Amino acid sequence: MPVLHTVNKSPYGNQALSSCLRLALPGSHILLLEDGVYAALAGHGAERPLCDYLAHSRVHVLDPDLEARGLSGRNLLAGIARVDYPGFVELCVASSKVVAWF
Amino acid sequence: MPMTRSILFLNRHAPHGSIHAQEALDAVLMASAFEQHIELLFVDDGVFQLLAGQQPQAVGLKNFAAAFRALEMYEVEDLYADREALLQRGIDAQDLLLPVTLLDRPQCAQRLAAADVVLSF
Repeated sequence: MPVLHTVNKSPYGNQALSSCLRLALPGSHILLLEDGVYAALAGHGAERPLCDYLAHSRVHVLDPDLEARGLSGRNLLAGIARVDYPGFVELCVASSKVVAWF
Repeated sequence: MPMTRSILFLNRHAPHGSIHAQEALDAVLMASAFEQHIELLFVDDGVFQLLAGQQPQAVGLKNFAAAFRALEMYEVEDLYADREALLQRGIDAQDLLLPVTLLDRPQCAQRLAAADVVLSF
């Protein structure tokens, strides 16, 4: 079972996502939630390491957190999958462990 | 016979600006009472927790860093730090308050992947 990494901070001014991307092995899953969802948007300056990661691993974003921030209609980086709360739970139970980055 | 699991405490925050570091240490001491295999990994600003000479009493805080030196008595001996994080912050191994094993990035990733449970602070 893969490891699930959760990231809940914006990539601007916080190291959580970059450290996660540095230390997550290929094949892990990442879930962006709370302010972490800002990293899922296409066309931002910090997207490159996340795109590199998407080449070999799965990245998810929590839809209600996009909605809450007015981001539902925005383009996401190619390959990022939206999940709802039941999807979040399914990701957790399908993972060997959850590692929180905050 | 209780099941022994490996618990890795992932420390990413500097010691006195938030409660994370102190709570991590409290949780480590508590977990050590249950005969689990405990590891501590310090990355990012978490490596500042290991600096020798901290005097948090100067700002009215408890000197919990001293408790790191007591970990050996609790049979918590697997302490690791991210070599790159130390380098970025201009910290040498001899600046640390106790000996820790320095790991390169792939070794840090491997420790995270291998633990049964990772608790982040």
